[in-house]
Amino acid sequence: MNEALNVATRHGASRVSAVRVRVGPLSGVVPALLQHAYPLTAAGTCAEGSELTIDKTAIRVRCGSCGAESEARPQRLLCQHCDSPRVTLLSGDELLLESVTLHGVRRFADIREGGHV
Amino acid sequence: MCDACGCNPGTATASVAYKPMHDTATVSILRNLLQGNDEQAAHNRRHFDTCGVLAINLMSAPGSGKTSLLESTIDALQGTLRLAVIEGDLETENDARRIRAKGIPAVQITTGTACHLDAPMVHEALHAINLDSIDVLFIENVGNLVCPASFDLGQHCNVVLLSATEGDDKPAKYPVMFRAADLVVITKGDLLPCLDDFSPARARQNLRNLASHAPVLELSARRRDTLTPWVRWVRSAAAARRARVAQPAAVCASGQRGMQAPAA
Repeated sequence: MNEALNVATRHGASRVSAVRVRVGPLSGVVPALLQHAYPLTAAGTCAEGSELTIDKTAIRVRCGSCGAESEARPQRLLCQHCDSPRVTLLSGDELLLESVTLHGVRRFADIREGGHV
Repeated sequence: MCDACGCNPGTATASVAYKPMHDTATVSILRNLLQGNDEQAAHNRRHFDTCGVLAINLMSAPGSGKTSLLESTIDALQGTLRLAVIEGDLETENDARRIRAKGIPAVQITTGTACHLDAPMVHEALHAINLDSIDVLFIENVGNLVCPASFDLGQHCNVVLLSATEGDDKPAKYPVMFRAADLVVITKGDLLPCLDDFSPARARQNLRNLASHAPVLELSARRRDTLTPWVRWVRSAAAARRARVAQPAAVCASGQRGMQAPAA
């Protein structure tokens, strides 16, 4: 929430109407609990009443032995093709603020701040 | 930002782009929600690296024997490494008192209702510790196998304890925590002969299923002879940290946690 409010302040916005986050199963955050807590943290801020959208990512690994990419489960992160533990996590541990929808924007922050996404 | 030592953890830069529509704009950010904590953690790590201190984040469920292991470790090291301890608990100074009773400086963080330590809490505690006068800082996290795994404190290694009384399926039940471990220590090993339902081999297999290569040690804080591999690991990790600090190029690359954790 603080991150979303910081974005609103940086852009001189009067209101936040939507927030989108990306959460993976290995992030340590439970999407349902985050959804439940969101209105409570937004209350009394310029994001009160805003909508939270949570994009849930799957766990994906790339195998260093057979080269295959596969989807994995939290308690079994081995390559699903050859059972190798030599894997690189491609996704599944994200906890990202993806976007914030602002209203009453009075100024635009420097879009070159960190590059386009 | 830091009034006590005058240091500056730096200013975050986010990746920002947007498409304005009249007075409405959707701003794309792609910023880690824990970035504020991570920046403070990186700042803590710079403090450790400047002083050549190895910082170990000790995590486990409540009652797995973190403080007992630290007491035994202090005894086993016999002053050959200079230690300090940060203790995290919701309430009481009990654990810090136990460490101080062994002649080791200890700072107690009482979190109130927070179930984990975070980087700003550790940073504040660091101001009560003279990092120039120690080799190893143990940060005993709040007893909890969930949230502490998500918060970088600036440590170099995560050591996760699994006591023999807890069950050998803990790595499967708490994959986020055990996946973060650079070393797993099975504690209360003296009870293993009485616990026919705990198999160290199964605990190892559950850890390996997380694609973890972390070494696994078995010990009992009550049996000095079982501590040798653990003490050797701590000595080796501290020596590796000092060696990295002695090489300026290596210091610059030392931002990654666990890079110098030795094999057991």
